[in-house]
Amino acid sequence: MRVMPGGDVDDSMIDGLPQPVDQAGSERGATARFIAVRILVILTLLTGTIYIVWRWGFSLNFDAWWIAIPLVMAETYALIDVFFFGFTLWRARSRPAPTTPPAGLTVDVFITTYNEDVELVRETAKAATRIRYPHRTYVLDDGDRAEMRAMADELGIGYITRGPGWQNRPLHAKAGNLNNALLQTDGEFLLILDADQNPRPQILDRTLGYFSKRTVALVQTPQEFVNVPDHDPLGSQAPLFYGPIQQGKDGWNAAFFCGSNAILRREALMQLGISRYVVELEQAVSAALAGATRVLRQARRRPEAKDPRVAAALDEIRIAVLEARRAVREHSESLGTVTYRLQQTITRVSEELVGADMALIAQDLEAIGELHTESGPDFDVLTDVGANVDALTARELSPLGALSSVQKLLRSIDVDRDDEAQPLMPLATISVTEDMATSMRLHGMGWGSVYHHETLADGLAPEDLGTMMKQRLRWAQGTIQVMLRENPLAQRGLSVPQRILYFATMWSYLSGFAALAFFAAPIIFLVGGVLPVSSTAFEFFLRFLPYLIISQLLFLVASRGLSTWRGQQYSLALFPIWIRSVTSAVANVWFGKPLGFVVTDKSGPSGRAPLRLVWPQIVVAVLLVIATIVGIVRLALGVGEPIGTAINLGWVVFDLIILSVLVHAVRYRGYGADSESDERVTA
Amino acid sequence: MNIEMVDGPGGVVVLRPAGRLNMVAAPAVREAVNSIVDSGRSRIAVDLSGVDFIDSSGLGALISGLKSTRQAGGDLRIAGANDQVKLVLSLTNLERVLTPYDTVENAYGDA
Repeated sequence: MRVMPGGDVDDSMIDGLPQPVDQAGSERGATARFIAVRILVILTLLTGTIYIVWRWGFSLNFDAWWIAIPLVMAETYALIDVFFFGFTLWRARSRPAPTTPPAGLTVDVFITTYNEDVELVRETAKAATRIRYPHRTYVLDDGDRAEMRAMADELGIGYITRGPGWQNRPLHAKAGNLNNALLQTDGEFLLILDADQNPRPQILDRTLGYFSKRTVALVQTPQEFVNVPDHDPLGSQAPLFYGPIQQGKDGWNAAFFCGSNAILRREALMQLGISRYVVELEQAVSAALAGATRVLRQARRRPEAKDPRVAAALDEIRIAVLEARRAVREHSESLGTVTYRLQQTITRVSEELVGADMALIAQDLEAIGELHTESGPDFDVLTDVGANVDALTARELSPLGALSSVQKLLRSIDVDRDDEAQPLMPLATISVTEDMATSMRLHGMGWGSVYHHETLADGLAPEDLGTMMKQRLRWAQGTIQVMLRENPLAQRGLSVPQRILYFATMWSYLSGFAALAFFAAPIIFLVGGVLPVSSTAFEFFLRFLPYLIISQLLFLVASRGLSTWRGQQYSLALFPIWIRSVTSAVANVWFGKPLGFVVTDKSGPSGRAPLRLVWPQIVVAVLLVIATIVGIVRLALGVGEPIGTAINLGWVVFDLIILSVLVHAVRYRGYGADSESDERVTA
Repeated sequence: MNIEMVDGPGGVVVLRPAGRLNMVAAPAVREAVNSIVDSGRSRIAVDLSGVDFIDSSGLGALISGLKSTRQAGGDLRIAGANDQVKLVLSLTNLERVLTPYDTVENAYGDA
C-alpha cells in the first residue's frame, strides 16, 4: 500500500468498473499514446535541462544567496523528479491478457488484521471464500482476539496468531505477522490482503497464470477504494501510481509489492528468507566474536585475573574465540561447526570454574539479564549485539562474570537466532513498510515481478484527515527507512534501471524540503523585495514556460486524461508530513530512536481536532496572505517592482490554491456523510 | 512424508526423510525434530540420502530444527545429500551454516 506523494490523482473520471487489461479496440490509441509519451519525455527533459542550466549558470542572484540557492536546489530536485517520472514512463505499456492458470496449484489467502473490526474482517473473509480458484483462507490476527477466532471458525477458515515464541521478542508488525503465518502453512502461492480489501472472485484466475514463468515471484494488482467520493478530498485514489507508474516499473521488471492485493510465490520468499538468514547470521557471529574478544581483553586486565586459574581460563577462551574468528573470516568451516565448538569450549571452561566463584557469576548473570531487558526490541540484530557488548564492557563485571557474559553473548546470537521469534524472516523487517523492502530484495536475487492492471479487489480508504495523514506518514517513513538501510543505488543484485526506479520512489518522498523553498521565495520577495532570480521577466518566461507547459502536457497524456491535480496538491500541501518522515526515519536508522509508528486505523474518525493537524500549513497560508498585502502596499507606495510583484502575486495564488486542498480535507466528514446515499462496501 | 527415526551412534537420533522434502513435507520434519527435543534428546543427524529433491521450505525446516536442537544444548547436522540438495545448499549459501557430511557416522565424528 503505497502511493508516491505526486501519485494521487483526482479520480472523478473513473467509472469504478474494472478496466480490462487490454482491449483490442483501444490498442491503436494505446500505441499512439505510448509514442506521444516518449516524445514528451524527451521534450520535457530537454526544456527542463535548458531551464535549470540557465538558472544555475546565468540567473542566480548571489546577493540573496540564502534564498537563491535553496530555490534553485528545489527546482533541481523537481526536475530530477520529472526525469525519474519520464524514465518510468518510457516503458509503460499494458501487458497482454494473462493466460488461464493450470488446475492444481495450491494457494493460501492471508487476510492480515491488527485492530480492525471483526465485522469488517468478516466481509473480507467472506469475499475471500468466494474466490473461485481453489484455495485456503486464513485470518492472520495480530490482535489475538477471541471474537476474531470465533468468526473464522464460523466461516470455516483458518485462524493464525502469534505463538508463545514471539513473547519478549520483536514483533515486526505486519512483516512479522506474515512471517509467522508463512511457517504454519504450505500453499505454493500466497494472496496477501489487507483486512479492508475485498477480493473479487476472479482474482486468482486472472493472476496465477503469470507464475507459469518460473522466475516470477510477485504479481501486484491495483488498490482502489469504494468509499471515496468523486472529488476525492483526501487524495485516496492513486490511478497514476496504480497505472502508468507501476506499468512503467513493470516494463523495467521493477514493479514492487504494495502490501495488499498481491500474489507471492512461496519458494521465492523462503529462498529470500534463507539467504538473508545466512547473511545476517554471518554478520552477527562476526560482530559477536569481535565483541567477545574485546570483553575478554578487558577482563584479562582486571585485578581478579591475577588468579592463575582465572587467567588460564580466560586465555583458553580467548584462543578459542580467535580461532573461531579466523575460521569465520577464512570460510574454512561452517558457522554451525564454529559456533558449536566454541560454545562447547566456553561451557566446559566455565563449568570448571563455576565452583570457584558461584556468587560472582550469579551476580553478573543478573546484571546481564537486566541488559537484555534494557536493550528491548529492535529491528537490527547487529545494533543489539553492539549495544550488549558496549554495555557489558562498560559494566564493572568480574573476570568470571566476563566469562559467562561472553558465553551469554555468543548464545544470544548463535545460529538459532535467539533474538528473533523464528530464524527465517522472509518478509523484510528493516522497515515499517515491509512490502517495498521485500520486493527489492527479491529483485536483487534475480526474481521477477508483474504488475497486473485490473482492479481485482475493492478497498476502504481512511475517511478522515488525521487517519490519512498517519497512513501517509507511515508509508513515507518506511520508504525512507529502506533508502537509509538498503539504498537501492548500492544494491549489487539489482539492474541499473531497477536501482533507478526504486530510488525514484524514495526521491519523491523528499518533496517536503523543496516545498519550503517554493513557499518561502514569494513571501521573501513581496515582503523584502529580495529576488532570488536575477533576470528580466522575458528571459525567465522564455525558458520557464516551455518547460512548464510541456511537463504538464506529459502528465496529462501519461495519466490518460485524468487530472493529476489532486496529487500535485498533496505532494506540496503535506510538506510537514514528508519532512517529518525524513527526520524521524533518520533519527530511527542512524540514532536508534523510535519512529512513533502508528498503525493505520481506517475504520473511523481519529477524534482529534483536525485544525491542529495542519497548523504548519495554516501558518504558511497566513504568511502568504500577509505577504500579498505587504507586496501590494509596497507597490502602491512605489517601493515594489511592478513585474516582479505581479509574478510573485501569481505565485502566491498558486501556493494558496495548492494549500486549499486541505480546506476540503478538514471539512470532509467521511464517505456519504454529506451526500444523499451512503453506499458502503457491499461484497 | 514418511520420516524414519532410528538411534544412531553416541546417542544421536538419525532422521531419514524420503522423497521430496518440499513445502508440503517441511512441517512433518519440523514436528519430528520437535518431538525428539521434547523427549529430552537434542543431538540429531538428518540423513538426506533418501531425499531426491529439496526446496527452500525444506531447508527452512532444517533451520528450524537447528534452532530447536541448539536451544536444547544439542545440534542438528546433515549427511548424505545428493547433488540436487548440495546445489540448493550452495545456491542459498546455507552450506555456510550447515556442513553437509558424507555419512551420518562422519556427522558426529567429533563427539
